[in-house]
Formats: sequence, C-alpha cells, structure tokens
Amino acid sequence: MGEFRMPSLGADMESGTLLEWRVQPGDAVHKGDIVAVVDTDKSAIEVEIFESGVIGELLVPVGDKVPVGTLLATVLPPGATLATPPAAPPAAPAPAEVPAPRAAPAEVPAPPAAAVARAAAPHASHLVSPVVRHLAERLGVDLDSVAPTGAGGRITRADVERAAPEVAAPPPAPAPAPAPAPEPSPAVAAAPAPGRPRSSPYARRLAAERGVDLADVAGSGPDGAVVAGDVTAAPSAAAPAPAPAAPAPAAPAARTGADRQASMRRAIAASMERSKREIPHYYVGLDIELGAATAWLDAANAERPVAERLLPAVLLLKAAALAARALPELNGFWVDGGFRPADHVHLGVAVSLRGGGLVAPAIHDADTLGLDELMAALRDLVGRARAGRLRSSEMADPTITVTNLGDQGVTTVYAVITPPQVAMVGFGRVAERPWAEGGMVGPRPVVTATLAADHRVTDGLRGARFLTTIDKLLHAPEDL
Amino acid sequence: MTDQELRDVVLAALGRIAPEADLGSLDPDVDLADQLDLDSMDTLNLVIGIHEATGIEIPERDYPKLASIDAAVAYLAARPRSAP
Repeated sequence: MGEFRMPSLGADMESGTLLEWRVQPGDAVHKGDIVAVVDTDKSAIEVEIFESGVIGELLVPVGDKVPVGTLLATVLPPGATLATPPAAPPAAPAPAEVPAPRAAPAEVPAPPAAAVARAAAPHASHLVSPVVRHLAERLGVDLDSVAPTGAGGRITRADVERAAPEVAAPPPAPAPAPAPAPEPSPAVAAAPAPGRPRSSPYARRLAAERGVDLADVAGSGPDGAVVAGDVTAAPSAAAPAPAPAAPAPAAPAARTGADRQASMRRAIAASMERSKREIPHYYVGLDIELGAATAWLDAANAERPVAERLLPAVLLLKAAALAARALPELNGFWVDGGFRPADHVHLGVAVSLRGGGLVAPAIHDADTLGLDELMAALRDLVGRARAGRLRSSEMADPTITVTNLGDQGVTTVYAVITPPQVAMVGFGRVAERPWAEGGMVGPRPVVTATLAADHRVTDGLRGARFLTTIDKLLHAPEDL
Repeated sequence: MTDQELRDVVLAALGRIAPEADLGSLDPDVDLADQLDLDSMDTLNLVIGIHEATGIEIPERDYPKLASIDAAVAYLAARPRSAP
C-alpha cells in the first residue's frame, strides 16, 4: 500500500498544519496532482502526490499540526476500489438521519508511533489509534464511553463519530448514537459571519454537492475561510469547535497576518542561523557589462505585446541556471557530511513578500527552459508566492538559489546560502556606469553579480569560474 | 475615457497586484513603488492590467511615466489607443 506523508518543504521545516484536503477517499489521483494544502511557517503550500493510485483513507484531519513524515493518507494501487465505499451522503437510506459525517467506517490503521508526537492519553484499556483519539478530543467524546466495534476491540473512527454529540445539525435528527457522550455539548454553532463567508472553491463545490449551507459552517482556514474539511465535518463538527471545556486545542488556528509574519521570521532565523553556524561562506563578485544583453532585450520587447515582454531578470536567471549546469559542484546539497550534486538545475528564486519576509521556491529545470518559458514560469511563481499558493515540489528542492535585489536599487548583494544548498547567486541593479574598454571610457549598463558559496565544497577559483561563465553567457543573449 | 475612468483602471490593476493594500489611502502624487513596494514584476503586471482594460500600448521606455497614480492618469489620457 502506498503512503502519503507530510513532506519536508524545505530544510527548516519540522512540522506542518493540514489546511485542506483536496481529495476524498476513493478518488483516483495521478502523480503530481495536488491532494492537500499544508501550512508551513512560511506560507500555505499545495502538496502534490508522488505516485498514482486511489486515495484510501485520510488519516489526519484538517487543522492538525503534525511532524514531517507523518502518514497523512493511504494510497491504494491504481484501479483499486475501497473495501467499504464511503457512505453516499446525499442518498442516505434513512431520510431523517443526519448524513454520515465522514467516509468509510473502516478501521483506522495506526500511523507509526514515532510519527505522531502526541502524549499517550490515559485510555490504556482501549486500543485506539492516535488519529481516532484526536478525533475524539475534537468532538468532545470520552473514549471510555465508546463501544468499540473494530477488530480486536479497537475503537474506530466510526465508533467515535457515532458517540459524538449530535448538535448543530439543521434537522432535529433522532441521534443514532448508541452511547451518547456524557459531556455537555455546547449546542451553539459558530455564529455565522455576516454576508458571504470566505471559502475555498473546492469547499463551495463540496457544499453544493452535499447541500450544506456555507453560512452554517465554521471556517477553519486562513482568516476563518471555510475549507473542504469544514464542509465534510459540518454536521457534527461545527459545534464542538468553540467548546470551552474541550481539552484539545479547539479549531485550527486561523492565522493572522501578524502571526504569519512572526512564524516566517522564526523560520528565516532558524535557517540563516544554521547557515552561518555551519557553512563556511566565501564570496566572489564580478561587474558584468550588459550592453549586448540590454540592446537585445529592448529590441525583443519593442516587438512584443506587453503581456509577452521579458524582464532583464529572466536573462540573468537563465545565465545563472546554465552556469550552474556547467559547474555542478555549485549545484546540489551538503548532506551527511558530504556534497551530493544534483542531476538537474532547479533554480530557487528569492521572492520578497509584500509586508515582509521572503520565500525561495524553485523553477524546475530552469537551464532547459527558453526565455519565454522562463518568463512565464517566473511570473507564475512570483504571483503564486505572493498569493500563498506555492506547490510542495517547488518548496522542497531548489538546487541553487538566485536573489535579485536590483529593484531595490542596490549595487551588490552579499547573500547567505540556504542550507542544504551550497551556493547562492546575487544580482544588484542594472544601471549605467562608466565602463572602460579598449582604451575608451563610456556609459554602459552594468550589473554586479556575486556568488556566496560553501567552502567545504568549492574554492574561490570555482566560484570565479561560475561568474565568468555568467559573464560570457550574457554577452551572447541571443543564445540564451 | 475620462480621467476618472483611467484612474479606476489604474486602481483596479493595483488592487490585483497588491490585494492587501488600502487603495483609498494611496497618495495620488507619491511614487507607487515607494507606497506599495512595487518591483519590476509588479510594474509589468500593472502595464499588462492597464493594457487589458484600455487597449493602450505602453512601451518599456515609458514605464517611469507611470510612477504615481496622477502621473499614470495624465500619461494614459495623452496616449493613442488601439482596440482592446
């Protein structure tokens, strides 16, 4: 059976919060599909799956923060069908009954003990997986009061859901719960926000399919937005969230801007501390004359409609990517006390976010992209980085990173390498400067390129080679 | 297009680039790059947004003329327009 685990979205990530499931049990998925949205310290990331198959069970509920490596869902082989198909919610046989809140009443396989770092609760008498225990906490169900129906006396998710207080369901359903929970159930749904609640597109679709009114759903997403998990959990989970007596952290924390700022700052601090502690940096710099590149770019852009124009940054990025391919000692990772070169160039691009902080997602195989493709990739990446919609593969695997502070007007950037990478390229602003050549001095567009590199892997000579390679490439812009 | 319409076009494009900004509080004759932290990608997106809404072609050398809201409106009002 396949496994879908909390990915490491950068060396500095230890855990992530599941914000949204984009799939349901039984959904067919293909390699590269986005199956979930995970919140890291830096931003919300769309997480892709790396194998094709059929989603088995979703093991971590929306709102849970779990360590990297935690099993999030099981993945069955392609073409498989679920042993117990999910209860078809709208077509439930008993008309008066509350629609089954979740999918299959199949037993929850326990994730590896080490993966879910949660203190063992005092329910030693029952066999119960951490996931089910957590569900019970969220729903305000006392596990001692639950009759187990799973194999070997296990309490299953379905058992817990049956025992959950049936509140906030619009129709006064005769609760089918065999063992009503003893705890007082605060029968107040979260106050519906005035006007239309914010919601994700998938949540809206799901709500329409299930006949759920979004106004009745407590949003657990960013800024209280309603996400898919809220809709699936709507019948039973809407109410317990704000329960004052609940021992578990209530609704998943909706992040505020200040919150996000603080956690991003911490993430950058951790990564940069590690970099400066562990990586012996050396620096080299070179002024690169851009007369040919600028002239080529001006001519190309003059013929292009606005939407197809290239930014100077694209030429710089392409040259850096080609140089990284030419000098593989600068393109890869320092892991376990040694250098591991990468077999492709995934060019990290530092993108500053409005309001502070930055992320450096990767443009995959940047050395193989044409300038138009690279420009399109850059526009897309910057837009999504600022909208908080980056993908897991982009976050996880830059092999070398470029920072381009030229827009801020500075001449030179002295970069700090992002571990476990071993090099970082910096470009300052492109500006006219006096340039001497062939015994003449004249004004030319010039950029200062710098390289910060890991002295454990390369020496200054290699670094210098890298920059002179970029210089050479930028003098033949038509070949980029 | 009236100046007001052009102003609305510029503000709408800025709203897409910097959705978190309070556009009402922008000073119309102060540099946008300073007020909104615009970079070259943002400027390009501004130009694309204006072009899509008005059909006005803005050559690269004229980008500096869009520095503030007032400057952009004055510049656009004086530009010939092709069909959008």
